[in-house]
Amino acid sequence: MNSIIRRSFYPIYNNTYKLTCRLLADAKINEKIDKIVKDNKVVVFMKGVPDAPRCGFSNAVVQIMRMHAVPYESHDVLADENLRQGIKDYSNWPTIPQVFINGEFVGGCDIMLQMHQSGELVEELKKVGIKSALLTADEAKKEENK
Amino acid sequence: MHHTLRLGYSRSMSTTGIITNAIRTKLQSALQTKHLEVINESHMHNVPKNAETHFKVVVVSDKFDGLALIKRHRLVNDILKDELQNGVHALSIVAKTPEQWDSSDKVVESSPNCRGGFGK
Repeated sequence: MNSIIRRSFYPIYNNTYKLTCRLLADAKINEKIDKIVKDNKVVVFMKGVPDAPRCGFSNAVVQIMRMHAVPYESHDVLADENLRQGIKDYSNWPTIPQVFINGEFVGGCDIMLQMHQSGELVEELKKVGIKSALLTADEAKKEENK
Repeated sequence: MHHTLRLGYSRSMSTTGIITNAIRTKLQSALQTKHLEVINESHMHNVPKNAETHFKVVVVSDKFDGLALIKRHRLVNDILKDELQNGVHALSIVAKTPEQWDSSDKVVESSPNCRGGFGK
């Protein structure tokens, strides 16, 4: 009798257990990402690492950051499947790379490229106290021409 | 509604697949596009022949009027939510209003080359 009860309840128990575990994992990764993006001025979630990006889109973002000499923290989503899905859920954005400035999701590769071209990126960086290297170079040029 | 036939467009036509068509139809009807290009860039990546995994879309619509870039992209992502959850994992977006499109050079650069992050 005991075993019948156990058998009939086990699936429910097991499913609930699995679901709870998943929800807990979700909450945990969300918390972790929240901390990462709030503790750093600029964060890039990418495929690979800045010295060896493993996707052309991630590489493009790395190159833009390099041009502006932005100090940033990078996270390789290929090294952590939990993070790869977690970051998409966190920002409600389906693709990698993802750039965060001051805890806020700014965009992926297309948006970064456009912000770079329009000069908007220089302004956004200024807001968080980062002076773009392009701006410094610009000023040096003007100084020379004086 | 007029669609300009350009290289990118005709290239994607030659390998028109189910997903390419679905993307085109969904964007057309949801955004009443004035110009639309759905370019399958999967061949640039380490995926099987005729795969439909990497796309670039050029979307010109009045519905983008007054929307910041990120909101335009979110709108497109949202319309293509099913595709993005089922196999499409790269989507490059050019989203412009008709005015912006007309005053641009109308040349859309192709996406950066793959660096082997997928399938290796």
